[in-house]
Amino acid sequence: MDQFISCMGNFFSRAVNGIVLSAQSEDPGIIMRTIDYLSRRSDLILDLMLEHLWLVVFTLVIAIAVSVVVGVIISYYESFAQTVLGICQVLMVIPSMAMLAFMVPIFGIGFTTGVVALVLYSLLPIVRNTYTGIRELDPAIVEAAKGMGMTERRVLLKIKLPLARPVIMAGIRTAAVMMIGIAAIAAYVGAGGLGELIFSGISRGHQPMIIAGAIGVSIIAVAFDYLLYWGEKRFSVEGRTREVTE
Amino acid sequence: MIKLEGLSKIFPGHTIPAVKDLNLEVKEGDVCVLVGPSGCGKTTTMKMINRLYEPTGGKIYIRGEEALKMDPIKLRLDIGYVIQEIGLFPHMTIEENVATVPNEKHWPADQVKQKVDEVMTLVGLDPNVFKSRYPSALSGGQRQRVGVARAMVSDPPIMLMDEPFGAVDPITRARLQNEFLRIQERMGKTIVFVTHDIDEAIKMSDTIAVMREGELIQHATPSDLLSAPADEFVSNLVGRNRSIKRLHLIRINEILEDVNRAKPISEDAQTEEIKKQLDQSDIRTVIVVDRNNKLKGIIGVNDLKRTTGEVAKDYCQDVSDTVTSDATLNDALSVMLELGEGYVAVVNEDDQYEGTITLGDLLNVVKEDN
Amino acid sequence: MLQNLWKWLIIPLIMLGIGAAVVIYTVNNPTDSIVARMLTYERVFRVIREHMALLLVSMIGATIVGVLGGIMLSRPKLYYIGRVAENIVNIGQTVPSLAVLALFYTVLGLGFRVAVFALFIYSILPILRNTFAGIDGVERSIVEAARGMGMNPFRVLTKIELPIAFPIIVAGIRTAIVINVGAATLATFIGGGGLGDLIVTGLSVHRDMIIFTGAVIAAITAIFLDYMIGKVEERVVRWT
Repeated sequence: MDQFISCMGNFFSRAVNGIVLSAQSEDPGIIMRTIDYLSRRSDLILDLMLEHLWLVVFTLVIAIAVSVVVGVIISYYESFAQTVLGICQVLMVIPSMAMLAFMVPIFGIGFTTGVVALVLYSLLPIVRNTYTGIRELDPAIVEAAKGMGMTERRVLLKIKLPLARPVIMAGIRTAAVMMIGIAAIAAYVGAGGLGELIFSGISRGHQPMIIAGAIGVSIIAVAFDYLLYWGEKRFSVEGRTREVTE
Repeated sequence: MIKLEGLSKIFPGHTIPAVKDLNLEVKEGDVCVLVGPSGCGKTTTMKMINRLYEPTGGKIYIRGEEALKMDPIKLRLDIGYVIQEIGLFPHMTIEENVATVPNEKHWPADQVKQKVDEVMTLVGLDPNVFKSRYPSALSGGQRQRVGVARAMVSDPPIMLMDEPFGAVDPITRARLQNEFLRIQERMGKTIVFVTHDIDEAIKMSDTIAVMREGELIQHATPSDLLSAPADEFVSNLVGRNRSIKRLHLIRINEILEDVNRAKPISEDAQTEEIKKQLDQSDIRTVIVVDRNNKLKGIIGVNDLKRTTGEVAKDYCQDVSDTVTSDATLNDALSVMLELGEGYVAVVNEDDQYEGTITLGDLLNVVKEDN
Repeated sequence: MLQNLWKWLIIPLIMLGIGAAVVIYTVNNPTDSIVARMLTYERVFRVIREHMALLLVSMIGATIVGVLGGIMLSRPKLYYIGRVAENIVNIGQTVPSLAVLALFYTVLGLGFRVAVFALFIYSILPILRNTFAGIDGVERSIVEAARGMGMNPFRVLTKIELPIAFPIIVAGIRTAIVINVGAATLATFIGGGGLGDLIVTGLSVHRDMIIFTGAVIAAITAIFLDYMIGKVEERVVRWT
């Protein structure tokens, strides 16, 4: 225990020292150098950013299609559901580096590897939320719909999915934010994007490059998170309710 | 037992006091109910007694001791506390919940166990069944019982109850109230009880303290409050209930003499006479009796049109329900509501007609009262 | 009881068995001389040891700091700071782990300790947030009942608030572990070592066997830890 505390103290002092040193004397021009780098290579950074977004959006579309279908299917087969959710849980727990590593021998280096890994990761949040969103609907609503003579297909499309949409949207948001981070790692296996800046920056010891990449990825992630959060609120059922004026 | 002197409370950030210069004394073994509309300061007053809220002015004496100078923790350990939301601890079994205060007081384990069993039985929960359950497995009424048991387990001489029966359905509430009264009769605790329901206040209390906007308006026994409300506010508060209570108290024969209504007609009265009587009747109905003044039935306006005949007997319809003259006005009201009519015929034990009571007569009684 | 314990242990034991079998097989059957040189028991055990050190030190530290910090922020005096901190933490959690490691590298340089420190800071976030949210979420009436019955603030915290918030706190720790296990394999990029070393080495020399070994052990570690904390989570919530 003593050892642990002294160890922790050591880290803190090191960290504080590091920050203070880098801010004061060692490298006073880091901010300037980063700004300089950004202005010089803005075209490259923009390209990589678009590449990053393309990878994420492309994958997200596939992931939503696959996951919502899986989620709907398992909502009809209760016994099946726990197994599928368990597998998805395990997939998400596997470290992203390990997942990408598994993909490389199969799909080689490149975009495909990134897409497959990202889809596997995003399964759990969307599948689980689709499943719980449907399962936790008020059974009376579903019964009423059936009682009025809707076919199961109509009940699903007209009642269940629209009502479960906020929950599904929340799952998509979780998945999207996670994907942006993992897409950065996927740059290491040649999927492209802002991760390239981070990795080549680290290997060359080029700090402005690393900062540009890291902050770029963070900005995308925070922006996506906010955008989807806003979308959730804006397009939710409540958001569309209008006061009836006589 | 409990004495509040010039008690006041101003919440930080507010200018209007929540409780203003309040003086109140609760005698040992009494149930004092604080009643008033929401926001009148009744809960605030109660929470100052166990110092969940610190008063901004005034003094509190509990058994002659100044509560504000005592250690609040020790003070609270000796005051049972029940709140509307019950506040059962969801991560503890019922037994652990009930044993909270004894455990805080570090009682020996076997004594705690015995006391928990005793108090659970007292509130009507079988310890063997409920002890090891968690609150989530209980119904609303059962939870309320646990809440009361938990407050009573260490035998506190004083109990504070904030709408303790507020969160259950009316039937369960009535049952819990009756059980509580039964227990209180035996235990004789000094209780401060908060409610916004005047019915509950009248039912449960030895004294009622009516509050409005942080001030004590009247502190009196329920019957004094009913007969002599201090001001308009109090009479409004008890108003409706007071009248209905009066319906309970007054018997039909007490008002029957004052009611001036057309005489009944005999069985063989002619159609013309019936028509004349009907025009005069304020209830558009005439009562038909036989020679011995026994009730035979009634004739309404429509009966005359619908059926053909010559004498009253031919038009006469049966009466499905009547009241006796020694019944209360409330009984008369019940029958009227049941029949869906605005009147009811009154007979004596031999089924002889005595008169008719209308809704209007009842209203007059209620009006006089106000 | 013993039977229960056995049920508990059977899945972790199987997982450890698979991990051990993979290591033994790959080390003893190298596909060529490069693999043989790179994949020795000594090297495999070293990266596992590093990996565990990364995880344990950062997680223990983050749990202590996160829980204590969450408790402090939930106290009435600091409550509004807590509300603000919650929002900052939410944004911080959105920042990808690779970006966090990279940014710490630019400030602190390379090394094992930098990696531990970055993981430690990153793991505090979900624990801190859940501790705060868990205590904040305890119904006011329950706290009031406890206070009204004569519990002092410390007793209320330890007997009522923390036990009720416990499942949420454990869920926060579980989230932190999952994130941490994923991020620990990235530590290699800033010189932190760990199982990422094997994967990166394998990728750079194009030897699938090395990649595979590293990935399998990393995945098993992650699943193992998640499984164990999941069981703990199940055990603690008996009352709902």
